Amino acid sequence: MAAHLVASTISLRVNGQTRSLTLDHRTTLLDALREHLDLTGSKKGCDHGQCGACTVLVEGRRANACLLLAVAQQGREITTIEGLASDGELHPVQQAFIDHDGLQCGYCTPGQICSAVAVLDEAARGWPSAVAADVADTDVRLDAAEIRERMSGNLCRCGAYVNIVAAVSEAAGGRA
Amino acid sequence: MREFGYARPTDIAEAVALTYADAHARYLGGGTNLVDLMKLGVETPSLLVDVTGLPLGQVEETAGSSLRIGALARNSDIAVDPFVRGRFPLLSEALLSGASGQLRNVATAGGNLLQRTRCAYFTDVSKPCNKREPGAGCAALDGEHHNHAILGASEHCIATHPSDFAVALAALDARLEVQSEEGLREMALTDFYLPVGDSPHEEVALEHGELITAILVPAVPAAARSRYRKVRERASYAFAICSVAVVVTVVDDAIHDVRIALGAMASRPWRARRAEAALAGSTPSAGSFAAAAELELEQASPLRDNAYKVPLVRELVVDSLCELTGVSR
Repeated sequence: MAAHLVASTISLRVNGQTRSLTLDHRTTLLDALREHLDLTGSKKGCDHGQCGACTVLVEGRRANACLLLAVAQQGREITTIEGLASDGELHPVQQAFIDHDGLQCGYCTPGQICSAVAVLDEAARGWPSAVAADVADTDVRLDAAEIRERMSGNLCRCGAYVNIVAAVSEAAGGRA
Repeated sequence: MREFGYARPTDIAEAVALTYADAHARYLGGGTNLVDLMKLGVETPSLLVDVTGLPLGQVEETAGSSLRIGALARNSDIAVDPFVRGRFPLLSEALLSGASGQLRNVATAGGNLLQRTRCAYFTDVSKPCNKREPGAGCAALDGEHHNHAILGASEHCIATHPSDFAVALAALDARLEVQSEEGLREMALTDFYLPVGDSPHEEVALEHGELITAILVPAVPAAARSRYRKVRERASYAFAICSVAVVVTVVDDAIHDVRIALGAMASRPWRARRAEAALAGSTPSAGSFAAAAELELEQASPLRDNAYKVPLVRELVVDSLCELTGVSR
């Protein structure tokens, strides 16, 4: 068996900044963010892709950072909860979570918010969900059933779901 | 997790050569299952050959309204593709019913087919599992097996295949395109998954180093109606305890063509060929659908805690066929 190098130097674009890192190949994107770049907003919940606390945006699409190997993200644009606000203004989804008390302990909140930002984008592009009556329908209305389905990859063990749905609904332009 | 090497070739031949050269190399697609299994110590590759730089991500219409899905197309991109949504809606339904938005954005088509069972004894290296360690025994037989197989299982393994997508593809008579060192070959999806028998560790008809490059889905007749339905223990973000993919064409009040695949029932997507044969040419009715489902389920071998699956899958088959053929129950 050939001997393989077990670490590599990569660069990532994280919240608009280029960051260069030399990492053991076993390092997940989540650990690279938290342990190597000191961006501890993304949370480690289950570390197995089952809870969504680690959700970040990769090239604008939501993903579980705990299941991505950092080495495989070479050159990609990563947005974490720390990168959503701009010029001191909270992202509208962040503001909506505050306005609707969309949290209790707050541990799942960074992942919930990153996921919700992507949900708004997916809906705007006409992506269907499993609760669509007809998957060919491109006119997506984010009612409560749609929001619950689309946010199902983000668990909240405090059970703040009612207010999370209200927050996402308002950010989507619907009635809270 | 064990240390491993990493390579990201941009050429298919190079990727295949790298993997053939190392018996413990694994292809890395989205990694949503493989990376998890590496964390759990179930998979211990020496080298990951990251194939996401290969030009295999396209979803495209081919001659005669058929569909070609590149093996590296992400689950989301397949599910939202306009041609798939319009002509193969059960593929979108199956994909959208699986995992979460985050996972679907990352998981690839080829990786979806190759994902491993979620049997809790397979993923726990402290427990005996014939799939993980041939000859070790099966802890599920007398253990927690309420979501294990009732069809095609053996005394050596009762694990189910977790994919929704593969069940819909089985009902569509999909084929796989596979690249080996010698060249390209094709096989039916239903031949790709091997019977359990006494070798549950041998799951698919691929040699080490062979790479799935595409999924080929033949056109569905314009008059056909289709559906993927899934039953699970919570409303979303859970594996099936029972699922059904149906493609049916009724001509002059007779069933001209029907294809039924069952999920969460076996180690692979289960084509209900006995039921299909019984229904061919018949007049659609709830009674004939139930009789066909019963005929298929004569082969079932339920265990202590999963006998509920027999009536559950029967009812889901009957209900799906009634809905698609416009017959009242």
